[in-house]
Amino acid sequence: MSDRAASTASAGPGAAAAPAAVPAARRGEGQGGRKSVVVFDYGFGNVRSAERAVARAGAEVEITGDYERAMAADGLLVPGVGAFAACMGGLKEARGDWVVERRLAGGRPVLGICVGMQILFEQGVEHGVRTDGMGEWPGTVEALEADVVPHMGWNTVEAAAGSRMFAGIDAAERFYFVHSYAARRWELEVHNPRITAPAVTWSTHGEPFVAAVENGPLWAAQFHPEKSGDAGALLLKNWIETL
Amino acid sequence: MTLAVRVIPCLDVDGGRVVKGVNFRNLRDAGDPVEMAKVYDAEGADELTFLDITASSGDRETTYEMVRRTAEQVFIPLTVGGGVRTVADVDRLLRAGADKVGVNTAAIARPELIREIAERFGRQVLVLSVDARRCGDGATTPSGFEVTTHGGRRGTGTDAVEWARQAAELGAGEILLNSMDADGTKDGYDTEMIAAVRKHVTVPVVASGGAGRLDHFPPAIDAGADAVLAASVFHFGDLRIGEVKETLRTAGCAVRGTPAPG
Repeated sequence: MSDRAASTASAGPGAAAAPAAVPAARRGEGQGGRKSVVVFDYGFGNVRSAERAVARAGAEVEITGDYERAMAADGLLVPGVGAFAACMGGLKEARGDWVVERRLAGGRPVLGICVGMQILFEQGVEHGVRTDGMGEWPGTVEALEADVVPHMGWNTVEAAAGSRMFAGIDAAERFYFVHSYAARRWELEVHNPRITAPAVTWSTHGEPFVAAVENGPLWAAQFHPEKSGDAGALLLKNWIETL
Repeated sequence: MTLAVRVIPCLDVDGGRVVKGVNFRNLRDAGDPVEMAKVYDAEGADELTFLDITASSGDRETTYEMVRRTAEQVFIPLTVGGGVRTVADVDRLLRAGADKVGVNTAAIARPELIREIAERFGRQVLVLSVDARRCGDGATTPSGFEVTTHGGRRGTGTDAVEWARQAAELGAGEILLNSMDADGTKDGYDTEMIAAVRKHVTVPVVASGGAGRLDHFPPAIDAGADAVLAASVFHFGDLRIGEVKETLRTAGCAVRGTPAPG
């Protein structure tokens, strides 16, 4: 895995063929210096809620499945609800997997939400069916073991040390979760001291699971910041500040 | 880390306006749903539920518009139920900005609808609303509770607990359990009914019907509910959401913090 944290400058030499080549006029930059965000519309996710919440947090937002627009935006938000296999299939059909890969290769921010986070892992297993995800991180998304599932409602998280995503957010704050599957283990080990290990935030419902990841330009949350009231708005603001 | 108990105000809406009736019959009008939703959000509501009782399907457009306006201004989960009959209805509500959709009568008529919705959108969007009452008038079911239709006026003879269990198996992500005996009485939730359903389903259970006083809420949670829903007590200002949460907190439940007063 490349060191994404060290390559966040989109105009870096390694990114020459990627989105940095898009003319400035087409880069979807927001009005009045606001950051531009594309909420990727591939038919899976409450794009409208995400759009409103990101706009409220201060960015210029567009809902589109157009890959050029998605490449050009300062930030790309990938929502996702429903089944892992269906979302992954839909994303591929819309070339969303390609967009995410290209953006990350250029160090350009991507935020995955709910199933939009789950499909970043290597695999998902639902009803015994194993589906390949994008493989940004090793590991499997599988059924959460708890007395009551789906895990539906407001829960606290144990934010990663030095997290930028949760900066300024009180530890007692709760976020809105709704899911039956999760990454129950974090399997990526980083031994190279020159590489910044991803910041992993956990939550617990029946058992611990990965609630959020910050990996250079790639951020992801299992919960729904767009539905998490003021705490969610603050988190989205933290993301927009990195764009 | 513990999942918080949810406190959910319910707004009954007709043609885009809020109404709430005692036992669903004697309706009183009380305002704009979007304004009400904003007030509840500010008071710390964990979710909002709209129950659309619009009779004419021709007026459904006002419902979608109301959902759209609400989702634009309120950043907590929104459930919309009432009159949902097809996968296409669910699709329209989700596109308008609903996070979850409540299904009731149409699923009783055709349980396969539950599976169809869950397969298309995931079970997390599907709330099965069960209007149940204690058996009487000759009807008997194994659990002693039966499913009703037509706002509780008509019994079906179907066992309410078995129906909830079956629906969860078919793909319902949550059960909204409304006691038609308790609804509008303000005498408290039917905790026996809640406990009976809790015993047989592993999806979240939302208790509904009968809330009248603060001390009615903790017993619903003790009986196994994951969330408590109420309409008129919030609507007419008898109880405030913050008070309910404080009562639950004192009773030992985890609740999402309420905003500072003022």
